[in-house]
Amino acid sequence: MTERIKMPLQDPIKRNLNFDEVALGFDIEQIKIEASRCLDCKNPRCVKACPVNINIPEFIKFILEEKLDDAYFSIYKDNILPAICGRVCPQETQCEGACVLGIKSKSVAIGALERFIGDYGLDNNLQINETIRNNSKKVAIVGSGPAGLACAATTRRLGYQVDIYEALHEFGGVLKYGIPDFRLPKTIVDKEISRLKSIGINFLKNIIVGKTITLDQLTQEYGYNAIFIGSGAGLPNSLGIKGENLNGVYFANEFLTRVNLMKANLFPKTPTPIKIGKTVAVVGGGNVAMDAARTAKRLGAEEVFIVYRRNMESLPARLEEIHHAIEEGIDFRLLLNPVELIGENYLLKKVKCEVMELGEKDSSGRQRPIPTNTFKTFDIDNFIIAIGQSPNPIIKKSTPNLEVDKWGRIIVKEYQTSIPSVFAGGDIVTGAATVILAMGAGKEAAIKIDEYIKST
Amino acid sequence: MYKIIAKEILNKDVDLMVVEAPLVAKNTKPGNFVIVRVDENGERIPLTVVTNDESTITIIYQKIGYSTKKLGELKVNDFIEDVVGPLGMPSVIHNVKNVLAIAGGVGAAPLYPQLVAYHKQGSKIDLILGARNEEYLILRDWFEQICDNIYYATDDGSLGVKGYVTDCLKDVLKQKKYDQAIAIGPLIMMKNVVNINKANNLKTEVSLNPIMIDGTGMCGNCRLTINNQVKFACVDGPDFPGEGIDFDELISRQSYYNDEEHVCNLKIGEKND
Repeated sequence: MTERIKMPLQDPIKRNLNFDEVALGFDIEQIKIEASRCLDCKNPRCVKACPVNINIPEFIKFILEEKLDDAYFSIYKDNILPAICGRVCPQETQCEGACVLGIKSKSVAIGALERFIGDYGLDNNLQINETIRNNSKKVAIVGSGPAGLACAATTRRLGYQVDIYEALHEFGGVLKYGIPDFRLPKTIVDKEISRLKSIGINFLKNIIVGKTITLDQLTQEYGYNAIFIGSGAGLPNSLGIKGENLNGVYFANEFLTRVNLMKANLFPKTPTPIKIGKTVAVVGGGNVAMDAARTAKRLGAEEVFIVYRRNMESLPARLEEIHHAIEEGIDFRLLLNPVELIGENYLLKKVKCEVMELGEKDSSGRQRPIPTNTFKTFDIDNFIIAIGQSPNPIIKKSTPNLEVDKWGRIIVKEYQTSIPSVFAGGDIVTGAATVILAMGAGKEAAIKIDEYIKST
Repeated sequence: MYKIIAKEILNKDVDLMVVEAPLVAKNTKPGNFVIVRVDENGERIPLTVVTNDESTITIIYQKIGYSTKKLGELKVNDFIEDVVGPLGMPSVIHNVKNVLAIAGGVGAAPLYPQLVAYHKQGSKIDLILGARNEEYLILRDWFEQICDNIYYATDDGSLGVKGYVTDCLKDVLKQKKYDQAIAIGPLIMMKNVVNINKANNLKTEVSLNPIMIDGTGMCGNCRLTINNQVKFACVDGPDFPGEGIDFDELISRQSYYNDEEHVCNLKIGEKND
């Protein structure tokens, strides 16, 4: 059996000095070798494990037959953003996690194959040969992140006029403000979006639904037959400890938005600054925490460490991101829970952490961290809070009859909200999750929207 | 792109601009603000909507930082890259008889729409307007239309009392009782006004303008502590009851990027590099 091909990476010492992509991608020879490892299972578990059910064996067969155009079209049927998903999907728990090869050796590198084909499609501007028959109905999409884009593409291909409303000045949602360039270059996001424009989706920026236009106005004044809310989980969670408002403390959202969206790493060439000291602590164990830590390093911090209250095995971040972070010199200080941020004259100086130990397993299946009443204090210049995001309440606030749960997540039944013509999906429904789950939700919601409009 | 319909220079540092932004204009209420990005690579800066009609909004800005100076370089018929809003919660207009308003410098701009709302509901308004000198007292003729009494305070005594608005405030409070105060201006002014009013059992609403990025509650840069609770000025404010606010914390947060602002301002000198 051929060994799984390793993803070529930018050298860790070099990449700590730039924001270029870390994973360099396979070349055409590597693609063919990796594709040849697929067993073409009769009952492909990978397809079932993919949230949008890409026909993985089919596109791999096309690669082997050197029909790269067909491979692209095969993926595109189910996933409109392959170049993005090939990069940021947690394949190890989805398609690759289900791959039969993984039982005895290593699974097929499906993500890397998807990424190659996605890039190939963008580079060659491949357009699926389809005729969209316009009907006279229109759909409004709130938010241009993964859920909104997927819902827009599917509804547009069903013939609807589709208008996407975006609050920020650029399109892509979390793909733009959240995920750093070294994991997902913004040029890729822009290319994918320009392709969606070419199938006739209208993109409108600087419109905050709930503020600039309310949901009621969209229905009554603009005459949309249905609305899809994919406004994501934009609200940063706080630790609720003393000192969180000190200068030098960032929410990961602010830290990453300054760099990813506002390009503060180029300051003073760009006018939005960011301040980074010598020693930076990041609290949290997910992908956002890894992104923040690695960004801090690239901005020039000498010492960057993750503070996490459980052990290494419990980190919710993708394995690949954890490995990359370790290679880049990010230190993991585990079984520590920040309890106080200490400053002088409102400027952060130290973080005090309580040492934790692991107890019984909790509902998440991980061992519960238990406080020990012993403490460690570290001198730091910056502290970045990356412990999750909650749904943004703006739409709910201006739409009293839209039902949400106690966490502010919109309550849906098969993507339909308490207002019959309004649908929702992605992080605003589930709480912060992944790009691909949001895309899956957007796509499935589109089918429900189509059924709803046809029935009215 | 958002077209500049009119521009007026109020003084050496402060301009007024009327900008075509029909969607923003339609839903704007007193107290709402917009976020403006001057050009393609611009910063996102929050500015209060001073007035609005069917299709335009009026903004007033002080050319103090890099981006506001860039904004000031634009002329009538030029375009602003991005204008988004209306943001924030509209001001709470208390149902009271006698209002005392205090504004310092360019703080007069966000104060104006609130006072219009008070005037419309029939409240009597006394205003203390302060600035470094007569030239920097803005919107005087607008306020004259809606206020019952206006007291001026200038640092150099070129108009009204020589001194700060707080000096004037102490005198005014000796003469008359008020049901509600509103103070908008530099943080240190608002802090002092709130303290004086507190001692006189007078409640004060203030309006804050901290550093923001998205303006929708996402980044948390604009957070403040009020009665030991954390609030975001962009979505919970920008208006707050002044009594519980930790002004010292806000003052320090406001100055976090002072060094960088200095670097940016140097860049304006070496233009078109």
